[in-house]
Amino acid sequence: MPINYYIFLAVALFCIGVAGVLTRRNAIIIFMCVELMLNAVNLLLVAFSKMHHLALAKVDPNAGINGQIFVFFIMVVAAAEVSVGLAIIVMMYRNTHSIDVNFLNRLKH
Amino acid sequence: MSLVTGIVQLVTINIMSKLVYLVPLFPLIGFLINGLFRKSLSKSLTGIIGCGTILASFIVSLTIFSDTRKAGFDTVIVKLFDFINVDKLQIPFSFQVDQLSILFLLIITGVGFLIHLYSTSYMHDEENEHYARYFSYLNLFVFSMLILVLGANYVIMFIGWEGVGLCSYLLIGYWFKNTQYDDAAKKAFIMNRIGDLGFLIAVFWMINQFGSVNFAEVFAKAPGTSVGILTGITLLLFVGATGKSAQIPLYTWLPDAMAGPTPVSALIHAATMVTAGIYMIARSNVMYTLSPISQTVVAIIGLATAFFAATIALKQNDIKKVLAYSTVSQLGYMFLGLGVGAYTGAVFHVMTHAFFKALLFLGAGSVIHALHEQDIRKMGALKKFMPITHITFLLACLAIAGIPPFSGFFSKDEILAAAYARNPIYFVVGVITALMTAFYMFRLYATTFLGNFRGTREQEHHLHESPSAITIPLIILAILAVIAGFVGIPQVFAKDAHILHNFLSPIFEKSESLKQTPELSNSMELTLMAISVAVALIGTIYAWRKFSNNPELDEPQGLAKILSNKWYVDELYEAMILRPINAFGKFLNDVFEKSIVDGIVNGVGRTIQYGSRQLRLLQSGQVGGYVLMMVLGIVILFVIQIILKK
Amino acid sequence: MGTTQILFWFLSVLAILSAIMVVVSKNPVHSVLWLIIVFFAISGHYILLNAQFLAIVNLIVYAGAIMVLFLFVIMLMNLNADAEPQKNKWLKIAGVIAGGALLLVFVAALKNADLKNQIAEVNSGDIGLIHNLGIALFNDYVIPFEISSVLFLSAMVGAVVIGKKD
Repeated sequence: MPINYYIFLAVALFCIGVAGVLTRRNAIIIFMCVELMLNAVNLLLVAFSKMHHLALAKVDPNAGINGQIFVFFIMVVAAAEVSVGLAIIVMMYRNTHSIDVNFLNRLKH
Repeated sequence: MSLVTGIVQLVTINIMSKLVYLVPLFPLIGFLINGLFRKSLSKSLTGIIGCGTILASFIVSLTIFSDTRKAGFDTVIVKLFDFINVDKLQIPFSFQVDQLSILFLLIITGVGFLIHLYSTSYMHDEENEHYARYFSYLNLFVFSMLILVLGANYVIMFIGWEGVGLCSYLLIGYWFKNTQYDDAAKKAFIMNRIGDLGFLIAVFWMINQFGSVNFAEVFAKAPGTSVGILTGITLLLFVGATGKSAQIPLYTWLPDAMAGPTPVSALIHAATMVTAGIYMIARSNVMYTLSPISQTVVAIIGLATAFFAATIALKQNDIKKVLAYSTVSQLGYMFLGLGVGAYTGAVFHVMTHAFFKALLFLGAGSVIHALHEQDIRKMGALKKFMPITHITFLLACLAIAGIPPFSGFFSKDEILAAAYARNPIYFVVGVITALMTAFYMFRLYATTFLGNFRGTREQEHHLHESPSAITIPLIILAILAVIAGFVGIPQVFAKDAHILHNFLSPIFEKSESLKQTPELSNSMELTLMAISVAVALIGTIYAWRKFSNNPELDEPQGLAKILSNKWYVDELYEAMILRPINAFGKFLNDVFEKSIVDGIVNGVGRTIQYGSRQLRLLQSGQVGGYVLMMVLGIVILFVIQIILKK
Repeated sequence: MGTTQILFWFLSVLAILSAIMVVVSKNPVHSVLWLIIVFFAISGHYILLNAQFLAIVNLIVYAGAIMVLFLFVIMLMNLNADAEPQKNKWLKIAGVIAGGALLLVFVAALKNADLKNQIAEVNSGDIGLIHNLGIALFNDYVIPFEISSVLFLSAMVGAVVIGKKD
């Protein structure tokens, strides 16, 4: 597959995620869109790793494995981040009984 | 022995002249001391400092004068420091000691000292602080006037020129709590300034034309310059002179300037400041002789002013106003003299006028001091109450009327003779003016000193002669007014007896060589003299008899009304000049200032406020908004990168 | 078109449509379900690229654990479709446009990239195999691996601390 196709796919998914973050007011939906973005990036990384592997297989049999290791760690971090983030959202709900991000305009003051 | 004394004399011949800077230095010190310490000095100390400095200057001037009388005296220039030094233009701060400046120096310091002495008594009722303020201003004035006559170039002269204008303002408005006096002071200053503009442009033109403003250089280069340029420069200088010396059209400030204390009127507006214009033209005689058109202009304006002011003086009832218009008229005579080439005559008249006009003003001051009244219709019969004032005043009136052998006769006649030689019409108008002069002066004298007393019982009770500090200057000036004429005995009476002419000849000899003043035959001159004396006597006797028992107390009608209202010149100026300027100013204020300038300034402020209000909305506190901004920012950065990479 | 290509296109379209549905759905539970479909599609792509380990881990961790966590929280809050207030219409349009602009910009930037015709290897390649991945992980990247356990520890502690009721 020409790498372009993967690039466009990943970029499209990423931008849909961005649009989602900007458009929705529900904190959880926003969070999910962030996960979507992360996944788009993961896909692209794996595609690039295969591309490198193809280009450099004769030189180094393990070329391009770094991309996939990186994706592994991104997933690790995403998992940790989700747990903490959801804890924050739960606390926000407990305090304000709403998960509307517009409520959090404390930065104004 | 004679050789040694001769050498000593030669060595010391110019020592005193080199110390000429002391002359203005003393009044400057007096100004500073009296001015800065005015709250703590006593009146007697103030008076001593004020008069003492002028006396010291007078003594130094006398020693310098004795220098100039020695044979072989040449102009001495004393350079103090480099004032302006720009590329090719050098204007040093130097003083020039020659016959003309030393003569004026003596007049200024001499008459100045007498007036200072007079003021110690006249101003005695003022508080200490204001008394000291008066003397400091008076000293400052003398300082400025000395700078004016001592300057060796036009710029230094201009410094003094401006200085005397300033002091005139300060002294006219001395009693500053009266707004009318303040207005008079402002009027004097502003009209002076209008004239000064002409003076300045002339100086700029001179720098452009001659590359220098030093007298020696300018007068050396003048004969080689085109007549048109010289006419322009001299006319502009004359504009300055009309402002300072109260000629048409810038004379209306002088009668209003009578708001100041009488000694001020005597010093500034009779003896010294108003003669600055004469001095300036006398100094620049070379340029004027080379521009006949300017000379004619000077003569005609001088003559017109003399005539015009005399007509107004005929119907004035304030003792000082009569004298003010008389001053304007006599200044006109002096300019007439300059205009027809009688430079010595004009300077001679300056000298005699200083004596008798100062005397007249001081005498008037003595009367005012005694009666606290200035309207002559409320005076009369002061002869028996104030004898010294009466005699000195009478002598001054005789002098100004031109009755021989008093000083006014000699100086006025010299001018009239030269006027006739240039153009008989000048002489005719001049004689008519002399008739009017005699008439109004003796009207003033008779109404004030003769007849019956028309004041109140109270005034009569308190009426007495003034103290000696007032009468001694009067006596000294009276003596001078009587004998001063004898330094200028004309050719017809005695050959080579015109001491003043001989004294001043080095100043005017270049003019003489460039253009010979026409000579009159002896018989012609005697005839002219006889005519003027006869006319003066007629005027004197007629006025004396008319007014000694019959003062003019009714309201003037018809032509008399116009005369007593000064030909409505002030009203004319107001309508023609003041009102349009005020209207223009009001227009600029309402339209330009309020709408445009304020509009722009306020508009900028409003725009900034609006902009900041809009900008504040960015800070909504909504995180979503911030993320939007971030994304947009990234987009823009990418776009820039793409464009740059292309 | 070979099987690979058909699969690729199918999975791509599925992913994009599901992503759009995630953003557009009113009901949060529906959004979660659509997101799970997205994850499946992406895992499909991983398998196509022969990144077997990652495909399985994606499914287990993301779709299995993380999404379930999301569902827990949504159920906890009893979120219904009409509970969510709508954002300002203009802001929504601005958001969509921003996203679109970003898309365009990326496309433009990468259009001229050098790697136009490079190929990503599909169906073959050893590096996605768990054996090779494991060797690389434990030989070269063992320190980040261990530190990630510290990361998890801190995340757990953080979550507990934040969630405490006091």
